[in-house]
Amino acid sequence: MYRGQSGMWSWLFHRITGLGVLFFLLIHIVDITLAGFGPTVYDDGIKIFSLGIVRVLSLALIASVLYHACNGLRILIIDFWPAGHKYQRQMFFAVVALSIAGFIPMAFFVVAPIFGRCPGAPNTCAPFI
Amino acid sequence: MSTATRTPAAARRSGADLLAVAIKVKRYQPDRSDKPYWQEFQLQVEPKDRLVDALNQIKWEQDGTLTFRRSCLHGVCGSDAMRVNGRNRLACKLLMKDVGTRITIEPMLGFPVIRDLVVDMDPFFAKYEKVKPFLINDEPAPAAERLQSAEERARYDDTTKCILCGACTGSCPSVWANRDWVGPASIVNAHRFIFDSRDRAAGERLRILGDRNGVWRCRTIFNCTEACPRGIHVTDAIEEVKRAIMYGSTETE
Repeated sequence: MYRGQSGMWSWLFHRITGLGVLFFLLIHIVDITLAGFGPTVYDDGIKIFSLGIVRVLSLALIASVLYHACNGLRILIIDFWPAGHKYQRQMFFAVVALSIAGFIPMAFFVVAPIFGRCPGAPNTCAPFI
Repeated sequence: MSTATRTPAAARRSGADLLAVAIKVKRYQPDRSDKPYWQEFQLQVEPKDRLVDALNQIKWEQDGTLTFRRSCLHGVCGSDAMRVNGRNRLACKLLMKDVGTRITIEPMLGFPVIRDLVVDMDPFFAKYEKVKPFLINDEPAPAAERLQSAEERARYDDTTKCILCGACTGSCPSVWANRDWVGPASIVNAHRFIFDSRDRAAGERLRILGDRNGVWRCRTIFNCTEACPRGIHVTDAIEEVKRAIMYGSTETE
């Protein structure tokens, strides 16, 4: 194992989150395809996203999308701004901080129904299965 | 120094406080075993000894079969790059007082291992030659010399420092994954001529580095920059070459 620093970890997380988002995209194609079989099949199908375990997986998806998006901007800045490489480490910590800041409120809305609360959308709160 | 001890053997070496260190080496002796194995050596060293001195001490006093490259011992020839405590370093540029008392040494990743810490550098130099690392200028030579301003010289100063030790290339995950990739050291040496105002083959080198095994496999991981014993901003050099290819010009920065 090579003991790389923040740059290596940023790349490794970028790869893992990228693969995670790709994996979700495949699931998403399947769940959207259900719409072709009529509204009942689709509604029943997407109820799986209300399951507690799937909500936890959704947290991983949110974290992955946020990190991958923010780090993608970091890489763009390094690529196009001639001085960008000097700040790659600081930008990595900014990426992590931004991802966490975005994750906390989004995670709240995803996880709250597990505890019987549906902030912001009481009428659409699917019962916890 | 809390770990310093004094022994009769140590006293012979020096009057200074000595360090007791344990050096664990990943060894590979193809004539003895097909598989690499770990061996630990205990020794007393001076705090201001370099790691290469400690390796010499092992080789000369404990186990003559320990094999590693070294030549100038002053950080210029680039022979003794190896993985020290997980990071590529030159053994002659590390002082024992700075590496701790339990040291792990492995050959660099990304290179075929020949024996112990000696890796096969032939593919590395083949890739180096691919980028034409020499001045190309067919214009008639002036009577004295090809003049260059201080600013023009400064443009590529950083990449003139390369000693071809391979520490950057061996630290690069893109190289570990794809040994056909040209690698950071070759790009550094291409950069040195691409941005030289006297050179006329920048376009040719940018074409070589623009193909699928050229600069684009760099994922801006920065291991190379951290590993470079000469302090070259390797990733920055690669990024400058990427921009020169993308903008079609070496005059953009």
